[in-house]
Amino acid sequence: MPVPRLVPVLASVLAPVAVIAGAVIGVSLLIMAAGYDLPGAAHAAVAGSVGSSFAILSATLKRATPILMLGLAVAIAFRAGVLNIGAEGQFLAGAASACAVGLAAGPVLGRSSVFLELAVGATAGACWAGLAAVLKRWFSIMEVVSTLLLNFVAVHLVGYLIRGPLQEPSGSYPQSSLLEPAARLPLLLEGQRLHAGFPLALVIACLVWWFYRSTAAGFRFRVTGSSRAAAASAGLINVDAVQMQALIASGAIAGLAGACEVTGVTYALYDGLSPGYGYTAIAVALLGGLHPIAIIASATLFGALGAGADAMQRDAGVPAEFAAVAAALVVLGVLAVPSVRRFRLRTGGERRP
Amino acid sequence: MIETVVLDGFLQAMVRTATPLAFAALGELIAERAGVINIGLEGAIACGAFASFVVAMTLGPEAGFLAGGIAGMAVALVFAFFVITLRAQQIIAGAAVSMLGLAVSASLHRVVVASGSPSAHVDTLSAVRIPGLADLPLVGTALFAQPVTTYALYLLVPAVSWWLYHTTGGIAMRAVGEYPPAVTAAGHSPQTLQLLALLACGFLAGLGGATLVVAHSGTFSDGMSAGRGFIAIAIVALGRWTPRGVVGGALVFGGVGALQFLTQSMGWRTPYTLVLAFPYVLTLVAMAAFRGSRAAPAALGHTLEPIP
Amino acid sequence: MNAEGLALELRGIHKRFGATVALNGASLSVRAGTLHALLGENGAGKTTLMHVATGLTHADSGELRFDGRPVRWRSRAEAITAGLSAVHQHFSLVPAMTVAENVALGGRRAWTRFSARTAAARVRTVAAAAGLSVDPYALVADLPVAAQQRVEIVKAIANDAPVLMLDEPTAVLSPLEAAELMRWLRGFVQSGRTVVVITHRIREALQYADAVTVLRSGRTVLAAAMPDTDEHAVLAALLGEAPTRQPPDASPGTPSSPTEPRQAVLVLRDMTVIGESGVRRVAPTSLSVHAGEIVGVAGVDGGGQRELLRVLAGRLAPSAGSVHLPDSIGFVPEDRLRDAIIPGLSLVDNLALRGAGSRHGRLRWPDFSAATRSAIRDFDVLVADQQGAISNLSGGNQQKFVLARELAGNPRALIVENPTRGLDVRASRDILERLRAIRAAGTAVVVYSSDIEELLSIADRIVVCFAGVVRETALDADVIGRAMVGAA
Repeated sequence: MPVPRLVPVLASVLAPVAVIAGAVIGVSLLIMAAGYDLPGAAHAAVAGSVGSSFAILSATLKRATPILMLGLAVAIAFRAGVLNIGAEGQFLAGAASACAVGLAAGPVLGRSSVFLELAVGATAGACWAGLAAVLKRWFSIMEVVSTLLLNFVAVHLVGYLIRGPLQEPSGSYPQSSLLEPAARLPLLLEGQRLHAGFPLALVIACLVWWFYRSTAAGFRFRVTGSSRAAAASAGLINVDAVQMQALIASGAIAGLAGACEVTGVTYALYDGLSPGYGYTAIAVALLGGLHPIAIIASATLFGALGAGADAMQRDAGVPAEFAAVAAALVVLGVLAVPSVRRFRLRTGGERRP
Repeated sequence: MIETVVLDGFLQAMVRTATPLAFAALGELIAERAGVINIGLEGAIACGAFASFVVAMTLGPEAGFLAGGIAGMAVALVFAFFVITLRAQQIIAGAAVSMLGLAVSASLHRVVVASGSPSAHVDTLSAVRIPGLADLPLVGTALFAQPVTTYALYLLVPAVSWWLYHTTGGIAMRAVGEYPPAVTAAGHSPQTLQLLALLACGFLAGLGGATLVVAHSGTFSDGMSAGRGFIAIAIVALGRWTPRGVVGGALVFGGVGALQFLTQSMGWRTPYTLVLAFPYVLTLVAMAAFRGSRAAPAALGHTLEPIP
Repeated sequence: MNAEGLALELRGIHKRFGATVALNGASLSVRAGTLHALLGENGAGKTTLMHVATGLTHADSGELRFDGRPVRWRSRAEAITAGLSAVHQHFSLVPAMTVAENVALGGRRAWTRFSARTAAARVRTVAAAAGLSVDPYALVADLPVAAQQRVEIVKAIANDAPVLMLDEPTAVLSPLEAAELMRWLRGFVQSGRTVVVITHRIREALQYADAVTVLRSGRTVLAAAMPDTDEHAVLAALLGEAPTRQPPDASPGTPSSPTEPRQAVLVLRDMTVIGESGVRRVAPTSLSVHAGEIVGVAGVDGGGQRELLRVLAGRLAPSAGSVHLPDSIGFVPEDRLRDAIIPGLSLVDNLALRGAGSRHGRLRWPDFSAATRSAIRDFDVLVADQQGAISNLSGGNQQKFVLARELAGNPRALIVENPTRGLDVRASRDILERLRAIRAAGTAVVVYSSDIEELLSIADRIVVCFAGVVRETALDADVIGRAMVGAA
C-alpha cells in the first residue's frame, strides 16, 4: 500500500524546524550547565539578532551576505557531484585580488573601480577553483583533497601579501592599507552597515534558481550530480567538462563573496579575514537542501546565529563559542533527519539484494 | 654550512613537530584504508587536547595523554554513528563533527577557565634521552631524545603496519576500503570493521591532540589544532596510503614547521609565510606526479550498502 | 551422517522483500556426495534460496538442516565455519589484492597471522590438490575472467568445506571453459563432497547433475534424481506451460528481396579500440548495418562486444579507423539503473535526459511533458503516478520507457544490449516484438544478447566477438557457440 503523500511533505517541512529546535535546546542546556543566566542570554541573543532594525540589517543580514554567497557556491558544486570544500580559499583569492585592484585602481577610476574589484574577485575565485579543476582533469587528484590543500595555500599567500607587497605603508602591521571610500561598496541605508553585497547575493540566488529550472546547462549540472553514468551514457553529456564548469562557477561565486566582504565590510586585507566562512557554507548549503531559495533562509539563520552569539557575549557574558555548538548541532541534525527517515523506511521494507 | 648544533636542533624540532601530525595521520590512514575519509579528525584532535589538559591538571601528563586518546575515540564514535549507522555522506558528516568537536572543546574550556584559574599550566613530559642511541651522530638527538609520546609512536607505527598487512583481520579491513562485497561474502561485517577502524583513528588523533598539550605547550587554547586534522589527510595522500609514507609525509610537514627554528637561528630573511605553504604545494605536486588517486583505496568515500 | 544421507535440506522457505515475494514455500534436498542442480528462470528465487542456505539472508519462515541437524544461521560466518562454502554470481574478489590475500580473506578462522609466503604455499597446495592452476602472487585485477573464477573456487574449497554452492558459475565462461568447469565439479564430487550448482542452463545441468530441483515463482515445482526425470519434464516444470517449449518466434524477420539495395546506416571501416593500459579490445573491424535489419551480436564477457556496441552507439570513440554514424542513435545499455535512467528523478526528467548533452538555451518543459505522455501511451507503460520517480516502475515498464525515449525523434539506428535481462517471460516477449516492429519501420538495429536462442529468434545476421575479433557467422547455434570460443 503506498505511503500517503502527506507524510513526506510534512516531514520535509518539520524536519528543519525540529533540527533547529534541537540545537536551541542543546545550547540552552549548555548555558545552564555552565551557570549562566539563560533568560538573560536568550534575551540578548534575540535582541542582538532580530530585536531591532539595526540588529536585523547591520548584524544579521550583514553577516548573512558572505555566508549566502558561499552557500550558493558550495551548493552549485555539490549539486553537480563536485565536492568543493575549497570555498574558503576561493573566498580569500577573491578578497585579495579585489583589495589589490581596489588599492591600485581606486585613486584612478573612482566609483567605477567597484565594478572592477568585483569582476576581478570573481575571476580570481574562478581561477583558484580552476587550479583544482585542472588537477582533477589532468592528474586525477580528488577535488576533496586538492581544494582542501589549496585553502591552506591561499591562507598563507594572503599572509605573505599582507606582510609584503600589499602591506600598509608604515610596515608595522600585517595588513593592507584601507580602501579609499570611492572604492568601497555603497551602503544601503544611512546608519546601517548593510552594503550592496546583500542585494547582489539575493540576485545571484535568483539567477542560480532560474539557471537550474530553465536552462539546458542547469539541467546538465543537475543530472550530472544525480548520476554521472546515466548523464554520460543516456544524455551524451560531457560529464568531465560539466563538473569542471561547476567547480569554476562555484569558485567564481566564492571569489565574488570575498570581493564583497573586502569592499563592503573590512575595507582591508588581514589575517583571519574569514572565520571559517567556507566551512560554514557547507552547513548552510546542506540545511537549504542545496536549493538556492532555501539557502537564502538558511544563510539568514546562520547570520542571526552569529549576530545573536556576539550579542550574548557582549551583553550577557556567554562565550560566543557556545553558538558554534549550536551551529554544529544544526548541521548534525540536518544529517540525521533524512538519514533517519531513510533508516526507518529501510527497516520497514528491505531492498532486494 | 649549517653548524651541527643548529642542524641537530632543527632535526630534533622536526621530529617533535611531526609527532602529533604522525599520530593523526596514522589514524586517518587506518580509517581511509577501511574506506572512510574522516574530516572529523580536527574535532578529535581538539577534544583530545582539551581532555588531556583537564586530566593532566589532576592526574599528571601520562594520564592526560591516555585521556586524550579516549576523548578522540568518543568523537570518532559520533562520526561513526553518522557515517555507518545513518549512512550519511562522509565529507559532510566529517565537517559537521569537526565543527562540533572544535566548538565543544572551546566551550568547555571557557567554562573550566571561568571557574578555575585562567591559563593554567600543566606539567609536561620532558625529553627522555635513550642512553647510547641518543649519542648517534646526526639522528641521535632527533630520534632518541624525545618525550615518551614520540617513543609511543615508534611502537604504534610498526604495530599498525603489522595489523594491516600481516593479519587476516587487517586484510579484511583493507578489503572494506577496496571492495566491500568481498568482505560480506567472506562472512565478515564491513560495518564492524569500519567502526573498529574509526575508533582506532579517533584514538590516535586524540593522542596527537594530547601530545600538543602534555609534550609541547602545557596548556590548551582555542584552535590549537590549527588545521592539523586536514593536514593529516594531506599527509596520507602524500604518503600514498602506506604507514611508511605517512611517517615520511609527517616529517616533511614537521620539517617545515621546524624551519622557524632554523630561520631564527640562522637569521635567514625568508618570506616565512610562503614557506608555510610549501608542504601543501609539495603534496599537490607529488600527487600529480604519481597520478593522484591511483594509490587510494578503491572504495574510499563510498557509503556501505545497508545490511540486508 | 544422518539417516537419509542429506547434506543440506531446506523446507518450506518463505521470504519477502517489502511487497515482493521472493520465496513462497521453496524447498531443496541435497544428498551428500552428489552434484545437485538448482534450476529456474530469472526471478524464480534461486539466488535468494542460496542466500538463505548460506546465511546471507534470514528466511521469514521454514526449516534449514545442515548435515541432518537443524540450524539457524545467525550470520554468513557461522555457515562458513559449519562447512558451507559458496561461490557467488558476481565475484567477491578484491581487485587490488593478490590471489593469496583474497584466499586468506575467505578463511574460516578468525584473526590470524598472515605471511605472504605461507599463504602462497597454501594456495598452491589447495589448488594443486584440486587440479587447478593459479598464481598466488598475481593481482586479481590482472587476471582474465576464467582465472578469477578459478580463484573464487580455490577460495571456496580452501576451507575444506564438505558442501560447496555455486551461483551461475558458467555464466561468464565460454562453452569450452564451462564444460571444463562442470567436468571438474563432477570430479570434485567424486572425492566425497557435495556440490549445488545454480544455473539456468538446462542442458548443462542435465548432463552433469545427479539430481535436480526446479524453482518457479519462489516454489519448488520439481525435485528428482536424474534417472527419474528428463529434459522434457524439467522444461515443463520450469515454464509451467505445455510440455513442448514454444519454439522461438519463427519469423526471423522478413528479409527484403535480395535485389532491393538497403542503405547502410552504420558503417565501420578498420575500426579499432585500444583500452586502458594498451590492451586491444577490438581488432580492426569493418562492418555495415543497414536500414530495416537486425544484426545480432554474440560473445562472452571480454570478447569486445561491449566496446563494439558503444562505438556503434556513438558513445565511444575508436582508437583507429573510420566510423560513419547518423546524428541520432538510440542506445539501450545493459545496466539500466546505472546508465540509462536516473532512478530518483521523474519520468519527464528522464525523458529530457536524451539529448541533454547538446541542448542549448532554455528548456521547454511543456514539450517534455507532452512527449512523456506520448511515450507512456505508445509503449503501454504502466505508471501508477506520472509525477513520481521512475524507480517506482517495474523493470519491464522501465525498459519500455527507455526504449520509447530512445526512439523518440525517430533515430535511424538503435543499439540494444541484453534487452531482456532481469525481465520476466512476458515482458521479454513484449520487448522482442517491439524490436521486430522497429526493424519493420526501417531502423537499423544492433542487438547484443548473452542468450543465443533469443538472438536467433530476431536477428537477420549474426556477428560473434571473440578476443576482439569480430566475425560474421551463419545463423546456427552450434556455429555461434564455437565461434564464441574461437574454435573454427
